[in-house]
Amino acid sequence: MNRQKLQRMLVTSASSLIAIIVALAICAVILLITGKDPVKAFSTLFGAAGETKVLQGMLNRATPLMISAAAVAIGFKMNLFNIGVEGQMRVALLSTAVIGGAVNLPAPLHIAFCFVVAMATGAIWAGIAGWLKVKRNVNEVISTIMLNFIALSAVAWSFDTFFRANKEGESTSVLVKTKDLPTTAWFPDIVDRRLNGMLIIAILILILFWVLVWKTKFGFQLRASGANSGAARATGVDPKRMVLVSMLISGAIAGLVGMRALMGDVHAYQNNLAEQQGFNGIAVALLGRNHPAGIFFSALLFGFLGEASGRLQLEDIPKEIVTIMTGIIVLAVVIINEAVKRWDDRRIQRRAAAMVDEKLANEKKVEAAS
Amino acid sequence: MSEQPQTRGDFAVELRGITKTFPGVIANHNVNLTVRPGTIHAIVGENGAGKSTLMKTLYGMHQPDEGTIVVNGSSRTFRSPTDAIATGIGMVHQHFMLADNLTITENIILGNEPTTSRGRIDFTAAHDSIRRLMSTLGVDFDLDAPVSSLGVGQRQRVEILKVLYRGARILILDEPTAVLVPQEVTELFVTLKRLVAEGATVIFISHKLDEVLANCDEITVIRQGTTVAHTTPRETDRRGLAELMVGSDLPDPSGRETSVGDTVLLQVSGLDVAGTVAGSKLALDDVSLRVHAGEIVGIAGVEGNGQFELCEAILGLTPAVRGSVTLENRDISDAPTRERIGAGLSYIPFDRHREGLLLDAPLWENTYLGREDDPALSSRVFTRRRAIEADSRTIIERFGVRTPNEHVPAFALSGGNQQKLVVGREMASNPKVLLAAHPTRGVDVGAQAAIWDELRHARDNGLGVLLVSADLEELIGLSDTILVMFDGRITAELDPANATPELLGTYMTGEVQGARS
Repeated sequence: MNRQKLQRMLVTSASSLIAIIVALAICAVILLITGKDPVKAFSTLFGAAGETKVLQGMLNRATPLMISAAAVAIGFKMNLFNIGVEGQMRVALLSTAVIGGAVNLPAPLHIAFCFVVAMATGAIWAGIAGWLKVKRNVNEVISTIMLNFIALSAVAWSFDTFFRANKEGESTSVLVKTKDLPTTAWFPDIVDRRLNGMLIIAILILILFWVLVWKTKFGFQLRASGANSGAARATGVDPKRMVLVSMLISGAIAGLVGMRALMGDVHAYQNNLAEQQGFNGIAVALLGRNHPAGIFFSALLFGFLGEASGRLQLEDIPKEIVTIMTGIIVLAVVIINEAVKRWDDRRIQRRAAAMVDEKLANEKKVEAAS
Repeated sequence: MSEQPQTRGDFAVELRGITKTFPGVIANHNVNLTVRPGTIHAIVGENGAGKSTLMKTLYGMHQPDEGTIVVNGSSRTFRSPTDAIATGIGMVHQHFMLADNLTITENIILGNEPTTSRGRIDFTAAHDSIRRLMSTLGVDFDLDAPVSSLGVGQRQRVEILKVLYRGARILILDEPTAVLVPQEVTELFVTLKRLVAEGATVIFISHKLDEVLANCDEITVIRQGTTVAHTTPRETDRRGLAELMVGSDLPDPSGRETSVGDTVLLQVSGLDVAGTVAGSKLALDDVSLRVHAGEIVGIAGVEGNGQFELCEAILGLTPAVRGSVTLENRDISDAPTRERIGAGLSYIPFDRHREGLLLDAPLWENTYLGREDDPALSSRVFTRRRAIEADSRTIIERFGVRTPNEHVPAFALSGGNQQKLVVGREMASNPKVLLAAHPTRGVDVGAQAAIWDELRHARDNGLGVLLVSADLEELIGLSDTILVMFDGRITAELDPANATPELLGTYMTGEVQGARS
């Protein structure tokens, strides 16, 4: 690894860390104002880090976050803001529960089949936004938000009307579900009932994401289009095709976000299944700077905060403080990154100039000596 | 602050020893400028000489590292354009800053709205004062018309009104004629002369010597970031001014030993491209041309007369309505851009920032851009990082790009080095035909000479070049044939041996249309 790259990485990580520290400080102030002891709150929160059960819970919660952040990040790389991961995930959840539950296949094949159904559904739903952008120049932020609303309502309605499988005589039950998936479609646990194997799939997705974006020709064209669509276009990269393809990939990944909950936990669709995990992925992608390694650690942090927040209630501290904290972290990241980038750009520019001057001076010296 | 009392009040603007450095380059160095009130004062210099940097200093867009700004006899420090405006300095930018969907009045008063006692915008008062300004300028607009209905020249007039409305008595115009057609240029100067007759002062930035000589009272020449001469149209002529602008170490674009080959590499026949607005006239109207092996075909023309559309259509970036493009006997009229590039086309785009570079990306990614299908640099799916970096180093070395290494981001390079990188990348794929649009625009004299050398060298080795340029000396010096474009058509074909900038100028304005040989 060369020096410049190492320096950039250090600067990037440092600015994210600063953001987290700033967020903690602001939360401490909020706690003080509400009359709670921030020291006690944070020690309770981070004290939980030693417990195996909490760490397992953290990994479980981090799993869907990694996947949804990857879905958001691939859009970001192309300068597309896919806010629709939540909706794409929801559509995929119901279709997988219904279609996956309707077939009988041997275990590994059944799981693969469910993945394909989920990815296809997510891709189709995201593809609508991509198609609208390409054909009608509809801003993807607006279309994905609208598609979220449509997805949430349409899925809830069709679930309620066609797919709920109530047991006889308990039709008013709150926790209605679809028919259970056959056990061949259950995704196995690593630690029984505590840690699901979808974690491995999530990490695999991050690795594939890295390979695709940074190691392939397609990934280069994707990044080039995102960085300067005019320059990419001038070399013959079709910007419309890139928009559509990256939206489809993003949607396909989004389709997998809910699979830990569906195939690894509940094994049937219910209305609050995997709720918010699509939205939370946006925050994780922002904190992780759209890089797989950054996303991995950010997902762990958010997973940990979510898991440990329950402890706060034991100390009579509202666990919502954790939600506030994640919100502040994201805001701080956006603000601090921008400031750090400006500073770093100037630093690089100055340094490059100094190095060029040095090189020229050396060349002159050599010339003079010979 | 050293204030010399004897100059007090003599000058509208006086700049003393202004120095402004940017990382890696000196944009302005010890600049001295004195502008008499009630004159049109031209600031001339080559692209990249530092004219705009100087005017941004005077307009408060950035602060000088050293030097003094004196306005109407008192020394000033401008922290922002707001300060400059308060002192009576206004700037008309090269790119207009108007809101298309607002009316002329709304655009003019935007940010300075007169209000009634009840806090509403007082349009009556606004109309009155704008009408007064219009009669001073000798123009007449329907003030309630939207700006979108105006032509380029009229928009510029609105920009001037906007600046005057803010109380400016000293107007800076940054290359105002670059976007205008000849008649509009004439009208603009009529307007400006009325303004100075009323006592205003105009600072006019340009590199077009003829209009400067014909219309300005005094001239200051900037070369390589510093003021080198102060003169008047009476004391000098075009040649003298050109020499002052480029100095004695003027890189000479002319000279060739080999002759043009017989093979036609690029043939464009009867090419039509639709205008941007549906139903408008063609942007490219029945254009035909040929580029032979070892030939540089120059395209002269005022910007916006179809040169951009021509390059885009040859590359397949803009669809042609009619006509064909043939590259080395192969009809590529229907081929996608990638295929055309693969067949041996290469393109130095008009604007390196908008179309040529990924500014935030390292140089090795920038030299890879557009060459992803080169089997030496990528396999079918994956990129070959090592090969790409090695190739990037070769380009940097061969084209003398001044950079510490290939890992720095492109934004850290100076404009000239960025351009050398783009030229290097486009030459690296050994193209058969190169479309070079303003290959030396905004670069320093050294980089310009280097780029010219490369173009000549490649031409001598059989490359066909279509050279679009606004620099007439460059066109005359490098080209083997010069075609003039006007209004989307090729209106003349000239032999550079007999062409002078003056002659080209008459064709470019569309006054004369020559026969094609």
